[in-house]
Amino acid sequence: MEPLEKLADAYLRFSRDPSFKKELTKWLENYAGRPTPLYFASRLTDDARGAKIYLKREDLLHGGAHKINNTLGQALLAKKMGKRRIIAETGAGQHGVATAMACAALGLKAEIYMGREDMERQGLNVSRMKLLGAVVHPVDSGSKTLKDAINEALRDWVTNVEDTYYLLGSVVGPHPYPTMVRNFQSIIGREARRQILRQEGKLPKAVVACVGGGSNSIGIFHSFLSDLEVDLYGVEAGGQGMSPGKHAAPLVAGREGVLHGMMTYVLQNAEGQIETTQSISAGLDYPAVGPEHSYLMSTGRTRYVTQTDSEALNAFKQLSQLEGIMPALEPAHAISYATHLAKNLGREDSIIVNLSGRGDKDVDTIARQLPQ
Amino acid sequence: MWTRLQDSFLSNDPIEQKFRELGKRSEGVIVAYLMGHDPDPQSFLANAVSLIEGGADILEVGIPFSDPVADGPTIQAAGMRALSAGATPRLILDTIGELSAQFTVPIVTLTYYNPILAMGVERFIRTACDRGVSGMVVPDLPLEEADAFRHMALKHNLDSIYLAAPNTSTERLQSIVNKSKGFLYLVSLYGVTGPRDILSAQSLDAVKKVKSLTRGKIPISAGFGISHPEHVSSLLRAGADGAIVGSALVRIVAEHLDNPEETQYHLKKNISALKQASKQHH
Repeated sequence: MEPLEKLADAYLRFSRDPSFKKELTKWLENYAGRPTPLYFASRLTDDARGAKIYLKREDLLHGGAHKINNTLGQALLAKKMGKRRIIAETGAGQHGVATAMACAALGLKAEIYMGREDMERQGLNVSRMKLLGAVVHPVDSGSKTLKDAINEALRDWVTNVEDTYYLLGSVVGPHPYPTMVRNFQSIIGREARRQILRQEGKLPKAVVACVGGGSNSIGIFHSFLSDLEVDLYGVEAGGQGMSPGKHAAPLVAGREGVLHGMMTYVLQNAEGQIETTQSISAGLDYPAVGPEHSYLMSTGRTRYVTQTDSEALNAFKQLSQLEGIMPALEPAHAISYATHLAKNLGREDSIIVNLSGRGDKDVDTIARQLPQ
Repeated sequence: MWTRLQDSFLSNDPIEQKFRELGKRSEGVIVAYLMGHDPDPQSFLANAVSLIEGGADILEVGIPFSDPVADGPTIQAAGMRALSAGATPRLILDTIGELSAQFTVPIVTLTYYNPILAMGVERFIRTACDRGVSGMVVPDLPLEEADAFRHMALKHNLDSIYLAAPNTSTERLQSIVNKSKGFLYLVSLYGVTGPRDILSAQSLDAVKKVKSLTRGKIPISAGFGISHPEHVSSLLRAGADGAIVGSALVRIVAEHLDNPEETQYHLKKNISALKQASKQHH
């Protein structure tokens, strides 16, 4: 508990410090490439024949995903706290890459835990992390995916807590991580809200984002929470269908549990053992979800749905060919749901989809799945 | 020593009684851990009996969880063996019932919070009591979040045992001392479970630090990384009232999976040596 309390104190102190904010903003603008555009996807909209679909282009950030918003914030915090060794877990490898980048830029040492299975399906990101100077530790325990990488990173942290900072990549884990990561990611929604008002002159009918751990979705939802006229949809991985072990949709199909220091919706069997998960996208392949999503669902403010592997693949193809944008497989789930949703809304309405990352990392996986 | 301050603590709690009884003879308490139903229910039962016969003072039984973040590879593997053999909390508690019907050693369970939550906190605690469990360790349930669990345990006269680490602040340690029952589980090093060859100076310092705070209010058992009789003697000399040995025993189980006689022989031999050290530490 002590290291978490120290972290919470340090975060609270620096988050109120104008010079910390200024420094972070500088990094986000000059290094990461903020603000990102809000792009009106006109051909995708025409194809769906419904509401206008806007894409929040987090895929254009340095590293290719929204993850850098959080890693810059936390790496800067770690540096202020005097920690030199940074550890992180990664699923799809995007958080690992973003951690490696932030650490290289700030002169910190990065070690990344990654499940063996994820290393195999996200080979490109493994190479990127190594080229950026990070050490990648393969994780062979459990299902060899994201949850096991978190287990291993937690074990490392309790062993080396004195000199090590654990840079968690999503809005999961014990306090203060869910709050801190949400706050670092909430810049997505702040920009998107301003941009849609500028372009449409009114708020969107809906905001759609994919949910694995839930950081990009919380990041874009946060600024719209009090706009009750805006529907917020989180899209979980429907994998191969809704039988146990075939998907990664804790909010849709899980029940209350405790994992990784948080109480939230968890995929588990009757005895409380955590279920294995399956999704074509490594970044959504996680049996639990950030506790704030569980809370928001319980209040009815947000709604959660699933899209299957093949729906995500179709959306990938559609966006690539209609807009010349290859989305990562994670936000492809959100694109897929948004196109269905658009059909049921009026043409004067708009939808924002958080395009949380680009698809280069998934090209091999997709090439194996899609007919040429 | 624990005995000197026993007057304030005359309860019929089996765990406290054990510490009191051994403390009177200046003897340390050996807490022996095995993963429940590792590698199967029958072998586990026989292994537990060997530990009791070999001199274990308290038996600590693990109930497996798929994601045991506080455990190193040895106990993780044991949990996986138990789960593949079909272990559930209820089945392991039933086996504990068989043990407590035959032996008087206090039995403590160790499991993560999710299996408890899945069964229902009250049902879990009630079943455990009914099967003769005297105390519970829940490594991922910090004191700050444990109120409901602790009160339920109190209601059923079950000791809730909390972990303290070398970096636990004095303030928090104080509240752990106040709220713990049975004994205080001192994680005597940074890290996860697993046998180490050398007991660090850090571990002994942690014992001394905690000892100065508990001032006899509650016995201290030190765990994580204990495998040799010398570890036991030095921890007891530093002021611990007991020593917890886990991974070193689980490793014996793992090394002789096809040979139960060999497992039981080594478990018994090992625990006897540790027990011996707990008697002759001064």
